[in-house]
Amino acid sequence: MTANFPGPVPTVDLGAEPSTAEKRMTRARLSRRRLYLRRFLRSKGAVAGLVILGLLVLFALLGGEFTPYSYSDVDFAGLTAPPSPDHILGTDSAGNDTFAQAVHGLQRSLVIAVSVSALTTVISAFVGAVAAYLGGTTEKVVLGIVHFLLVVPSFLILALVSQKAGGDWRVLIVVLTVFGWMYNARVVWALATSLREREYVLAARFMGVGRVRIVLRHLIPNIGSLLVVTFTIGVVATVQGETALSFIGFGVQPPDVSLGTMLNDGADTVSSAPWLFYVPAVLVTLLTVSMALIGDGLRDALDPTSRSGGGA
Amino acid sequence: MTPAAEADPVLSVRDLEVSFPSEAGRVHAVRGVGFDLYPGRTLGIVGESGSGKSVTSMAVMGLLPDYAAVRGSVTLGTRELLGLDDRQMSEIRGRELGMVFQDPLAALTPIFTVGRQVVEALQIHQDLDRNAAWKRAVELLDLVGIPNAAARARSFPHEFSGGMRQRVVIAMAIANGPRVLVADEPTTALDVTVQAQILDVLQLARAETGAALILITHDLGVVAGTADDVLVMYAGRPVERAPVGELFARPRMPYTIGLLGAVPRVDSAERRPLLPITGNPPLLVDLPAGCPFEPRCPISVAECAVEEPVLTPVSPDGEHAAACIRAGHIADGRVDGAAIYPVPRAPVAPAAAIPRERRPAVLELDGVSKTFPLLKGTLLKRRVGSVYAISGVGFDIREGETLGLVGESGCGKTTTLLEVMNLRAPEQGSIRVTGVDVSDLADRRQERALRRKLQMVFQDPMGALDPRLTIFDILAEPLRAVGEANRETIGRRVDELMELVGLDPEHSDRFPTAFSGGQRQRIGIARALATNPSLVVLDEPVSALDVSIQAGIINLLNDLKAELGLSYLFVAHDLAVVRHISDRVAVMYLGRIVEIGTVDEVFDDPRHPYSHALLSAIPVTDPQVERTRERVVLRGDLPSPTDSSPGCRFVSRCPLHPALDATQRARCVAETPELTGAGGSDHLNACHFR
Ligand SMILES: Nc1ncnc2c1ncn2[C@@H]1O[C@H](COP(=O)(O)OP(=O)(O)O)[C@@H](O)[C@H]1O
Ligand code: SF4
Ligand code: SF4
Ligand SMILES: [Mg+2]
Repeated sequence: MTANFPGPVPTVDLGAEPSTAEKRMTRARLSRRRLYLRRFLRSKGAVAGLVILGLLVLFALLGGEFTPYSYSDVDFAGLTAPPSPDHILGTDSAGNDTFAQAVHGLQRSLVIAVSVSALTTVISAFVGAVAAYLGGTTEKVVLGIVHFLLVVPSFLILALVSQKAGGDWRVLIVVLTVFGWMYNARVVWALATSLREREYVLAARFMGVGRVRIVLRHLIPNIGSLLVVTFTIGVVATVQGETALSFIGFGVQPPDVSLGTMLNDGADTVSSAPWLFYVPAVLVTLLTVSMALIGDGLRDALDPTSRSGGGA
Repeated sequence: MTPAAEADPVLSVRDLEVSFPSEAGRVHAVRGVGFDLYPGRTLGIVGESGSGKSVTSMAVMGLLPDYAAVRGSVTLGTRELLGLDDRQMSEIRGRELGMVFQDPLAALTPIFTVGRQVVEALQIHQDLDRNAAWKRAVELLDLVGIPNAAARARSFPHEFSGGMRQRVVIAMAIANGPRVLVADEPTTALDVTVQAQILDVLQLARAETGAALILITHDLGVVAGTADDVLVMYAGRPVERAPVGELFARPRMPYTIGLLGAVPRVDSAERRPLLPITGNPPLLVDLPAGCPFEPRCPISVAECAVEEPVLTPVSPDGEHAAACIRAGHIADGRVDGAAIYPVPRAPVAPAAAIPRERRPAVLELDGVSKTFPLLKGTLLKRRVGSVYAISGVGFDIREGETLGLVGESGCGKTTTLLEVMNLRAPEQGSIRVTGVDVSDLADRRQERALRRKLQMVFQDPMGALDPRLTIFDILAEPLRAVGEANRETIGRRVDELMELVGLDPEHSDRFPTAFSGGQRQRIGIARALATNPSLVVLDEPVSALDVSIQAGIINLLNDLKAELGLSYLFVAHDLAVVRHISDRVAVMYLGRIVEIGTVDEVFDDPRHPYSHALLSAIPVTDPQVERTRERVVLRGDLPSPTDSSPGCRFVSRCPLHPALDATQRARCVAETPELTGAGGSDHLNACHFR
């Protein structure tokens, strides 16, 4: 029906004025944090990742309760014994219980990897963003330091220092952090220099918002996706880095164990005693997968333009 | 006058439909477009962004991506173009179809000289040797008004200004004498003075080649001046088609009427509120049945939602067609004699009762100058000179008053605003905000106190809102910045602000991406009002918005000004908007104010030759006026402001200068003209001879 047929004059009140009754937010306003949480939890993958990580953490904390052995106990009766009711995951060539070692190694690796990655991410985010926002001399000096640290042979220094400390895992954290933040700081800086030209940063400055606050509220959250990726890749990379150090004999030293040292030892006997390799390998894989899933979920939750946002 | 009787159409489009796959479903970007284009005539296609104008032109040119589904027919002469393969299409493009894009830079290859690119365009389709092609290229560049074409042909695109590049693109488009020229928003990225030049060149090019022109634009003024027939598009469909005079005089479709009521007129001193069309255009995914304009239409009836009306002739000769079931009832912009759009009440500012001299000044600039270093060298930058961005700028804004700042891009408008917003002592001169000299600010606390009085609204409504913050946090930011910490108080103020700018407070816990452009700009305005400022600085606040949305924002700004007694410093390149919203206006040229006065004085009786030219370049949304009035088209582009020698800065382009005698001309070159007025009037201009 497309004819121009006569219709009644509309009953729109053309002189109507908008109601002046005050409107208020009636329900409780959702805070930004709640909104982000909601968006994060909406992603199935992210929740799965969180569950896997939670199980890994539980295993590292409480796994010791399920075995009579400690990671350093030696059972001379069973050297390189396959899994049995006595040693559910078998033993290694020195007679250590693999289950107890896995619990301890996971604990060690988680603490090292998560703290190193968290510290380097925070440091690189702050240094990179502050340098970019303040500009001028501060920027030049910071970039100078970053570039200098990038060219020093950090792996050598790292190896030397950690060996001096006798493989103490706390020293390892410090050393890995000190030499680990520069590259990311540079990436953050590059991204933040483009952000500092944005109008909302200018707007904040014209409102009289302080510099540190601008960096914390406007610059860093807007490179959030990058930081999340940096952090999750950092966790995985630290486990690998620590493995590499252990391999050349500089990382965590016996009798202490980490997933890295276990993987190394297990790799030699993968055909004769596969459990020694597959137990740590499965744990590392689970950790990697959980970090990747969490990373994806966080990135989408933080990005208001992504579809997982829905109506939030 | 039916052109159909004179000739056959060169281009016929029938039932064109284009859709794209998207994550949300198929986007039906074009849904049944049809028109005939006759030789030598200009068809204007107007509509808001996203209405399918560009997709229509891309479909005609065969430039749509492979994943687009295209149906219908496009015939050039007798040849069907849809369904031709890439090779056949590129054969036709460039020879029979010429295209001019919005962004001339994207259409030119940066690493080749412009001459070479025109030569290439010629040689692809014509059998010309190098010399003949080069000669022809220079002729073409000369034709489109590139000064000194033989030499400039050896320049690279980046050495040209935007207007000059667009001329080059036009030269390439007409190189092979096409039968149809398609220009998609060819002047949108350009200043009004340059826009006027380019529109002239397009008409010249059309006349030279005898081609038909499809001119796509969102600017009704451009259409009024250049088109013969107009097609109005909405939601992917033509909703009205008519000869230009008929369309502007007797629109028959509520959307067209709304568009015409939404644009301010630059030639009228009357200040009635604009007619905003409420709501937003529909998404083109899963459109409901019925008229797509129904949700926004003030006169819709039940039948409107049943079936989509098609374009139906409404005039006896069939030239005028509209797609509205009530078109038969609509005449003179009214339906059965009643106004279609409710006319908003005109706000009355209380301050207007007090004479200007007795009102306190909220902003005073006196002789403010700012230079930037001119750097050269890629590795080691060294200073080779200065850019005199603004020099000796002075004006004052009284309480409850709006000063509009106008001029071509690069003339120093934004620099002036930033100098004010920085709250730092300027290189020269003085800035006083609400009576406080900014060079007297001792510490951050005092600065913050002054910032409370001074806020800014930005051009890009997306870029100015941090995408990671909710609207609540965005509106709370200025409050927190001035030291308000009580959550309760902030919450109440945020509700108030949302209400004030016409948004629903319930939506304050959403992110900016959940809002449309117009709504985001309202949020930007609410943020500026949070601290109860005396002065709001607005940098092109409506230029990123479609006309129907823009009208709502302009009305809002006018209401707020009256209600809250605000003063505005307003920058816009759309002079009609400036005229509508300002009380006073200052015209800038190359970093200097060349004329200042009340808005009616300046617009109706511009004294400075530059203001005169600038104002005459603005298109008016009335074909009658637009085609009969006299225009001053300026030569050339804005020179770069690196010269500080005395003399009038306008001398290189001044239309008055060549008409003067020798001594007077010498005076223009040697002596910098001061801002002066006749008698005690405060309508001042900086020309020795006006
Ligand atoms: N290449 C493309 N892929 C997907 N969607 C597109 C593409 N080009 C345009 N669209 C969509 O088609 C619709 C009409 O766009 P367009 O013709 O550019 O509008 P206009 O030129 O009138 O502003 C819009 O919704 C736009 O998002
Ligand atoms: S068909 Fe109905 S809704 Fe559509 S424009 Fe006409 S009156 Fe309005
Ligand atoms: S002073 Fe001379 S050059 Fe300048 S505007 Fe007046 S006439 Fe033109
Ligand atoms: Mg377009």
